[in-house]
Amino acid sequence: MLKRHSPDAVIIGAGVVGAACAYYAARAGLSVAVVDRGPVAGGTTGAGEGNLLVSDKEAGPELALALLSAGLWRELAAVLPAPVEYEAKGGLVVAPDERALTALRAFAEGQRAAGVTAVDVDAGALHELEPHLAPGLAGGFHYPQDAQVQPAQAAARLLAASGAELHLGEEVTAVLRDASGAVRGVRTARRELAAPAVVNAAGTWGGRVAYLAGAALPVLPRRGFVLVTEPLPRVVRHKVYAADYIADVASGSAALQSSAVVEGTPAGPVLIGATRERVGFDRALSTEALRRLAVQAAALFPVLADVRVLRAYHGFRPYLPDHLPAIGPDPRVPGLLHACGHEGAGIGLAPGTGALIAAALTGTEPPLPWGPFRPDRFDQAPPPQQPHQPASAPPPHPPRRTP
Amino acid sequence: MRSPRSLVGGAPAAEHTVRFDGRELPVQPGQSIAAVLWAAGILAWRTTRGTGAPRGAFCGIGACYDCLVTVNGRPNQRACLVPARPGDDVTTQEGTGHADLAV
Repeated sequence: MLKRHSPDAVIIGAGVVGAACAYYAARAGLSVAVVDRGPVAGGTTGAGEGNLLVSDKEAGPELALALLSAGLWRELAAVLPAPVEYEAKGGLVVAPDERALTALRAFAEGQRAAGVTAVDVDAGALHELEPHLAPGLAGGFHYPQDAQVQPAQAAARLLAASGAELHLGEEVTAVLRDASGAVRGVRTARRELAAPAVVNAAGTWGGRVAYLAGAALPVLPRRGFVLVTEPLPRVVRHKVYAADYIADVASGSAALQSSAVVEGTPAGPVLIGATRERVGFDRALSTEALRRLAVQAAALFPVLADVRVLRAYHGFRPYLPDHLPAIGPDPRVPGLLHACGHEGAGIGLAPGTGALIAAALTGTEPPLPWGPFRPDRFDQAPPPQQPHQPASAPPPHPPRRTP
Repeated sequence: MRSPRSLVGGAPAAEHTVRFDGRELPVQPGQSIAAVLWAAGILAWRTTRGTGAPRGAFCGIGACYDCLVTVNGRPNQRACLVPARPGDDVTTQEGTGHADLAV
């Protein structure tokens, strides 16, 4: 079936970020088509835990995007159907000793200045929040803005709500450009989709899509495992993790890192994430990664030592060298926009990203300055002057300093 | 009637017993817990998490996890796979079987 109608934008990627871009673009009055070589949430989204965290982000542009997104998720929760399992459960970060607690306190002070609510929890009060928590912890911080969704459902429901034309199981084989170099659509095995703008929301595979469009974007996979326990009643109320998780997230090391993030789900199983290691797209199971997760989870919640693990799953986070996503128009290729490289925070950052992309596509004021997310920031040379400024391409916004 | 048992001339007898919700049930050598329960006419030994509906053996080969039961205090054992061992204490599993852990 051939469609004659050309959408205003083609979004490559049916993960949660692509879905959010479709949703906010559609809400801004644009018609969009979403293309993915696999199913909805078939990549990193489907391998995620559904973390909507502000607690693990230090003050800076990613936190600003997380706070924007946290507010948008609250709005989305009111309009998307119940299966997205949005839970405003809050996060609890615990420190095993005084030294970690001091570091955590300094971290939380910086976050507070940026608008995060971080509540001191002394050692005695930890067990009021989490009765099964191990004894002997020094204290922690409660982050009521942290929340959770079922990520695959969230992506699917956002896509459905967007009304986007969906082309699943169709890999983009070429990004089409006109004589001036501006993007004019994409080609798949089955069709050509003409559009004045193409959004690269291909997550961990975003580097390949950028390459097809003639731009470089150094997205690397960072593998992560998650353990799934047998169904339990509510034994863990918040997202609970130890303070060293924050250091792991911020680290650039390729070696295996693990720090348990423990949380219950409405369906019953407790999810235990998360490892991080840079091993390319190696899908092999790592028993060492699983062992460490299990040990750390049982150290936080001794009750889990006698609970059975049903299965494990893993995926590849889209990692960019400075741990920030690439969001916005690519000044090197008119009509090309990026919305990828969110590492392990893509579910949480999806709505803010979608809102930024919708602003770029419509030429309206973005809700946040996107200077820090510029897709060409990894270029060795300073970005060249743009010779072309086709009317159909979104106007590039001048980079501004983040507050 | 030709049954596998008649073909081999077998006359199996109960060798030991297990307890199910306080009842002593006879066990023939090699029987799974599901086989013991079925032989005693018991078809349901778990209630579902959502609505408390009764469940027993369905696939019988360890694939469907419908026959979960609590054995010796440990919930979520597949009755169709777990051998009935002398003196086992089998109890009806309600929901997750871990209600004691709820906070």
